[in-house]
Amino acid sequence: MKAYFSDRMGAALLMAPLLLFLGAAYAWPFFGVVNWSFTLPEPGLGQYGTLLSDPLVQSVFVRTLRIAAIVTIVSVAAAYAITVVWVRGTPAQRVVAEFCILVPFWISVLTRAFGWVALLSNRGLFNTWLQAIGFISEPLTLVRNEFGVIVGMTHFLIPFAVFPLASSMRGLDDRVLLAARGLGSSRMRTFWSVFVPMTRSGIIGSALIVFVFSLGFFVTPAILGGGRSVMIAELIYLRIFQSPDWGLGAAISVVLVLFVGALMALLFRYVRPKQLI
Amino acid sequence: MQQPGRAAEIKAIGIGKSFGSFRALDDLTLDIGRGEFLTLLGPSGSGKTTFLMILAGFIQPTDGRLYSDGVDITERPAEQRAAGMVFQGYALFPHMSVEANIAFPLKVRKRSSDEIKRRVGEMIERVGLKGHEKKLPSQLSGGQQQRVALARALVFEPGVLLLDEPFSALDKGLRGQMQAEMKRLHQETGTTFVFVTHDQSEALALSSRVAIFNHGKLLQVGAPDEVYDRPANRFVAEFLGEINMLPLKGVRNADNGATGLCEDRTISLRGNASAVGSNAILAIRPEYMSIAPEAAAGENGIAATAVASTYLGAATRLDLTTRQGAKVTVSVPNEVAASALSKGNSVWLTWPAEKGFLLPDGGQ
Repeated sequence: MKAYFSDRMGAALLMAPLLLFLGAAYAWPFFGVVNWSFTLPEPGLGQYGTLLSDPLVQSVFVRTLRIAAIVTIVSVAAAYAITVVWVRGTPAQRVVAEFCILVPFWISVLTRAFGWVALLSNRGLFNTWLQAIGFISEPLTLVRNEFGVIVGMTHFLIPFAVFPLASSMRGLDDRVLLAARGLGSSRMRTFWSVFVPMTRSGIIGSALIVFVFSLGFFVTPAILGGGRSVMIAELIYLRIFQSPDWGLGAAISVVLVLFVGALMALLFRYVRPKQLI
Repeated sequence: MQQPGRAAEIKAIGIGKSFGSFRALDDLTLDIGRGEFLTLLGPSGSGKTTFLMILAGFIQPTDGRLYSDGVDITERPAEQRAAGMVFQGYALFPHMSVEANIAFPLKVRKRSSDEIKRRVGEMIERVGLKGHEKKLPSQLSGGQQQRVALARALVFEPGVLLLDEPFSALDKGLRGQMQAEMKRLHQETGTTFVFVTHDQSEALALSSRVAIFNHGKLLQVGAPDEVYDRPANRFVAEFLGEINMLPLKGVRNADNGATGLCEDRTISLRGNASAVGSNAILAIRPEYMSIAPEAAAGENGIAATAVASTYLGAATRLDLTTRQGAKVTVSVPNEVAASALSKGNSVWLTWPAEKGFLLPDGGQ
């Protein structure tokens, strides 16, 4: 088996269908998009100029970066806690943590987004309960704003943040933690000054993955943002499907792809691809 | 709590540890003296590491009590025991520089930054790591990492230093060097050292006392020459080095020890016949046996034929068979081995009476 796969020709043949598919379904159409960005409505760099000067486009970019940053911090922090339990907890805790990590994967992104609408809307469960116990008199605006988008996206992305963290925690030498305790360090101190720094590559990997995913999010922000907190992907959709502004949509796409590409390059300097699954 | 800079005295009474139905350690009672260098020796799974982990506080014993300087520390958590510990594979903090690794136990103890700086500097000097302060552990050789681990474990002047097979990853030359270094550190600090190893020569070379473990039991404790020359049982005798064992019949006490019959010759040896019964084993280390053309009457000796030799450089190891088929190994000067082999017939193996000792027949 080993000799078979190390054979370069064999490996190339096995990968060929995937490469052909990616070429035909992604690379080729993307060149078309790049082409539009320079030619529609007329040849030139006009659309990139608009991108730099249009306040609407810029505010969407800023909002996207802001939401992505918040979602990244919250998701990685929450994922870190779950992963500690999953990797280092008692057998019973591990089962519970694993359940919490895997179940979201089996539920469609649409279902989850609408689920959050049902929970967070003005007449949703949270507001009803909070009013029922007299905690608030007017419903809180929890959805169709950035808060809703952040909640929905964080929920979706936590499991993705878990895997790089788990891989770095699993690779950690237990004796180093024992050594810290033996040298007089409390559990808290051992966690913060030994455990966390030793999982640094996992934290970076997980943060970059969540950030990259957040930048291109479409369904969740579209539903939970209710058109009021538009992110880049939704803006591209609007430019291409709801206005004849294909050139600008294409230019935004190109910028997004380049930005994500740069982040991915950064990501793979810190983590090996197999750590991500 | 041990006083900083003062060697601890440890008393283990009836310590036992079970993992499920597996008895890792059974009824261990042992006093570790102030400032002594005690080695826990045994094959893997013998319970020596379990005992070390119990001393460190990483494992709770199922039975027994543990005292340090007269204070019961059985339930005291590891971080409050403040024993210095050097792990197998060193367990350095990979994200911290040499300096930060060594400073860690002092920082945890909230010492002033002046004191930390001074003590870390002294320690780095003492273990010969000057010029490497800012390096990460991954940039150091195995021997250097070992020095960092020792420095980190000693910098806060613990009452006891626990070492778990610290040299197992080093090559032979470096190992000898580090052993000498550790002996020097032991003398300089005066701290109680408890050292785990499965290497008998390391144990004999380093320690003031050796404790030999097997199957979760402590078999014997004593000074290196004591356990080597007067092992309490067959396991200890065999574990500490090569040994020749010959069946001995009609064992009885004599004026100065015991006598018995080995292949029809009367042999005198050390030991107490009443402790082993009339059939026992005569044990002699190979280096105490010599080859002679004849054995004088009244001298200890048996006839044997040389069957094979292994050239060892300084000496030759000779394998012989006695008339009744027992196998004996001796280590003799090279020319003696050559002449013994060339004769092709019987030679005599002789040894001084005080070098032979009695072991119970069969079993342990």
